[in-house]
Amino acid sequence: MSEAAAARIPEVLRATSISLAAIALALAASAVLILLAGADPLVAYWALLQGAVGDGFALGNTLARTTPLIFTGLAVAFAFRCNLLNIGAEGQLYAGALASVVIGIYLTGLPAVLHIALAIAGGFMAGAAWGGVAGYLRSARGINEIISTIMLNFVAIFFVSYLVHGPLAEPPGFFHQTAMVAESARLPVLYAKSDLSIAIFIAVGFALVTAYVLWRTPFGLKLRAVGESTGTARFAGVPVNRYVFGAMSVSGGLAGLAGTTEMIGGQYRLLDFFSPGYGFDGIAVAFLGRSDPIGVVFAAFLFAALRVGANQMQRTTGLPTSLILVIQGMVILFILGVAVLEWHRRRRRG
Amino acid sequence: MEMFFGLLDPDYFAATIRLATPLLFATLGGILNERAGIINIGLEGTMLMAALTGVFGAWFIGSPWLGFACGVVAGALVAWIHAFVSISLGANQIVSGTAINLLGLGLSSFLIRIVFGLKEQQRVVPHFDLVSLPLLADLPLLGPVLFHQHALVYVAFLLVPVLWVILYRTRWGLMITAAGEHPHAASSVGIDPLRVRYACTVLSGALAGAGGAFLSLGQLHFFQDEMVAGRGFIALAALIFGRWNPVGGMIACLIFGAADALQFRGQAVGLAIPHQFMLMFPYVLTLAILIVVGGKSQGPAAIGIPYRRN
Amino acid sequence: MPLLRMERITKTFPGVVANDRVDFAVDRGEIHALLGENGSGKTTLMNALYGLHRPDSGRMLLDGEEVGFTSPIDAIAAGIGMVHQHFMLVPPLTVVENIVLGLKTANARGSPLLDLRTAAARIRELAAAHGLDIDTDAQVWQLPVGAQQRVEILKALYRDADLLILDEPTAVLAPSEVEHLIGVLRSLAASGKAIIFISHKLNEVMEVADRISVLRGGRLAGTVAAAETDPSELARLMVGRDIVPPRRRSSRPGAPVLWIEDLSVRDDRGLRAVDGVGFSLFEGEILGIAGVDGNGQKELTEAIAGVRAVEDGRLDLPGLAPSRGARFRDIGHVTEDRHQTGLLMSFRLWENLALKSSGRPPFGSPFWLRVGAMRDATVRAIETFSIKAPGPDIPASVLSGGNQQKLVLARELGLGPKLLLAAQPTRGLDVGATEYVHRRLLAARDDGMAILLVSTELDEILALSDRILVMYEGRAMGQVNADEVTRETIGLMMSGIASREAATGSAS
Repeated sequence: MSEAAAARIPEVLRATSISLAAIALALAASAVLILLAGADPLVAYWALLQGAVGDGFALGNTLARTTPLIFTGLAVAFAFRCNLLNIGAEGQLYAGALASVVIGIYLTGLPAVLHIALAIAGGFMAGAAWGGVAGYLRSARGINEIISTIMLNFVAIFFVSYLVHGPLAEPPGFFHQTAMVAESARLPVLYAKSDLSIAIFIAVGFALVTAYVLWRTPFGLKLRAVGESTGTARFAGVPVNRYVFGAMSVSGGLAGLAGTTEMIGGQYRLLDFFSPGYGFDGIAVAFLGRSDPIGVVFAAFLFAALRVGANQMQRTTGLPTSLILVIQGMVILFILGVAVLEWHRRRRRG
Repeated sequence: MEMFFGLLDPDYFAATIRLATPLLFATLGGILNERAGIINIGLEGTMLMAALTGVFGAWFIGSPWLGFACGVVAGALVAWIHAFVSISLGANQIVSGTAINLLGLGLSSFLIRIVFGLKEQQRVVPHFDLVSLPLLADLPLLGPVLFHQHALVYVAFLLVPVLWVILYRTRWGLMITAAGEHPHAASSVGIDPLRVRYACTVLSGALAGAGGAFLSLGQLHFFQDEMVAGRGFIALAALIFGRWNPVGGMIACLIFGAADALQFRGQAVGLAIPHQFMLMFPYVLTLAILIVVGGKSQGPAAIGIPYRRN
Repeated sequence: MPLLRMERITKTFPGVVANDRVDFAVDRGEIHALLGENGSGKTTLMNALYGLHRPDSGRMLLDGEEVGFTSPIDAIAAGIGMVHQHFMLVPPLTVVENIVLGLKTANARGSPLLDLRTAAARIRELAAAHGLDIDTDAQVWQLPVGAQQRVEILKALYRDADLLILDEPTAVLAPSEVEHLIGVLRSLAASGKAIIFISHKLNEVMEVADRISVLRGGRLAGTVAAAETDPSELARLMVGRDIVPPRRRSSRPGAPVLWIEDLSVRDDRGLRAVDGVGFSLFEGEILGIAGVDGNGQKELTEAIAGVRAVEDGRLDLPGLAPSRGARFRDIGHVTEDRHQTGLLMSFRLWENLALKSSGRPPFGSPFWLRVGAMRDATVRAIETFSIKAPGPDIPASVLSGGNQQKLVLARELGLGPKLLLAAQPTRGLDVGATEYVHRRLLAARDDGMAILLVSTELDEILALSDRILVMYEGRAMGQVNADEVTRETIGLMMSGIASREAATGSAS
């Protein structure tokens, strides 16, 4: 290992321990809720664990759910490294899903490799375009990206809803959904029972590429420089506005791939409101992963495991699956709390 | 033409005002919050918790008014979490708001099932009815629109001038503006920006709570998962649209309420616009306003920036 | 009896004794200057007085009674007013709203409703009494800096301050505004107010103060009556020894590196900050730009650096590659504010050092950072520039101010630029670090680099420059040879009083 990488170890350990501490605290606090609901927390958590990773089916489900969360988590983390808060991953996800489905349905007769590549490229570009709108508004018009992405989310979601109710509805139009994407556009399936496709490898691959870009390319260094101090970046010759636009676009593209892999990796057709909030979960995933692409992969897996395991927990103990949302919310709050307290402690010592 | 006259109906205007009311509560809360320098994208989750608590309060106490009070208090308590994390700890306000939304969504859905049980989740509770103001309600056109409403509608619209006076005509208003624009300047004349921000955040939560409780007790009469349906975000849009001014916010809420009412109305009178575009309307309008006005006047200068005592 | 007496005030921060048994007193009707270099403890002493922190030991007597303030509220209530260097005004509020901000007595009847009319009347009264001309209904952001300062003074007077502290009040003012301010302060003193005037400028202090207390390294170096001292004595007290300008060889200018004619540049507010300036700069020389802060120097350097648009005129960089990326590498830029525009504070030293040259040999290609090479270069820079750092992997924020500045210098000189812009290169540095920076700049000059030195410190300009250009209100007041000019001449030009002809005329 190089010296530079070795120098990062304490930092990574500290970030990891903060995340783990926050998870433990959130589970402990939720245990109180479980007790109040008249269930045994240990039984509930055991069921959760079993449901998430207890057997191949469970693990397959969890990994399938991990995929979109990796992408939206990467999206939020990437933008955040440029000091941009992309709250719009949800909308960008719909944009990506829409493009991929259109390519998957209407571009037929292509060899599978090409068709899949086109669907992925289209999803990335559509997401990038939707994120780029916010990036443009921020860099050219000075409009806060938090506000614009919140607005753009709803526009994208309702627009897709309109399309599946009308223009793109599967003939004869009884159901509010599109037709299925062509076989040639579908990703190879790894485990049919749980909709697990090779999308998970694509997601992990993108995480590695994102990490490489952020830490090992001049583009990444400059992008992070803009995130740390626009003044310093500007005086060092970094075209700040172009980087802001670029960061939002790439971020949007990554979120778009969450939609893409959902479409061509398991769902195969576009429905109204098909995302259970992957884009918003991406914010939580990015923060649990401390905005580090590798951390995002682990955080995405954890959040997916919670969601998937919740069903087993409900069957065993009768606890509503929504408890998982509570745990997720508390994880974020505790990370904020623990990180800030730790920062204060270090500052006092230093 | 016929379609247009179909809309010119007292019921339509009455519905506009009724649908604008929960938004208005939340928007006024958001204005107060943001003018003090704290952005709260957790209004959605706050409203959900208040809607739930309102239902619980009304059921167990048996009075919609006390239920409503419970909702207001719940909103304030949820906002207190946001205040603690983003003001006392100085953490990222957006992330804190996101956590509040997750928490509100999860906890409300969890508790309604635990407390009322899976089968009786949608138990109808004591709720508010329409109140006709004597004499005034009999006025032609205006009567049904303005004076045949929930009592809380009047409360919401009365809060507009009240908040306006507080913000622009009292020393509290100066303190709030100072805390949101230049907290160090506030601190230099003996104002504690943290306390001002705390107070505004908690009050803002109470107002958002009023909006949430109005939704459950005034409109739906029971609790349903995700019943706030994005209104917390529309409130954020409304306050930007209204340039952080209570009167502007009210106008925005009325416009958004009218669009909302048009969804139902439009279907009734055969309006050709797909209802998704009606749903999109507040967001597109706010984006358009932002693009026209640009980033120049984006509200308080210190918004979203944690203040630390040195 | 003095209005304020501070006795043996001591305040330590981790690792630093900021105030060491300082005695200080102010009488009614007196303007008492507090003089000292950056970091000499002036601000710490005044923060103790204003209740921003408590001294570790010592006592403060106000009107003979011991006081201990825990917050500015106590200080304000005791009749102390502070005009901060960075104004504490809320831009969108009006003048009168800013002045009554935080006061419970904004309304006589005790309700929270504001009575701005009565307040405005009283403000106008106070303003008229001391020549503080102001529009009470204007929003503060619309006012020029001088007017904002008047609002700050009125704010203190409105709160019945008997003792007024002004922290570097002239740093942001044009000379004509300085004159006006001094008149106001005299009027206030004549009406019985006590005034503490914090500054690090000798001449100014000589002009305005009745008495002068000099701080050096946290200790009181002496208190003298202005009438019985002279600038060289003050300088000795401030620095602890006579200022010896570094010896330098005369320059041997080579080919032109920078050619500017009739250049105009606008500032962030859209006002013309540089107005028809022209000069040239050659290899192997240092051109000093002298002037009070805010006379267009910042905009001028930013335009040369390529981060600010040129409105009009000619800005040629002969011999420099025309591409945008190359320009940033061929021009070294030690920026005015290393926190905001110089360094990435939470980034590692090697990331800071390689920021401008990443993606190029030897630090890699556009798709690959050679981290090893970047770290090695940083290790060498730490040695060459004697930066006190344990290694290249620590964040820049851990370094002291002087070492941060050395890191900036290492980066900017390390690129081997043809032109170096050095804006306030020693601001906030201690004497040792300052000397180091000066030696480095002179060495670079001797190696043939063209250096544009922007400084508000006249001594620094005189010590380093071969030629000096004085800027005033965006214009070049004139250019002089460093060997043939006196402090007085440049001082006059900085005040906008003399053009080049008049200056040399009065000097001869």
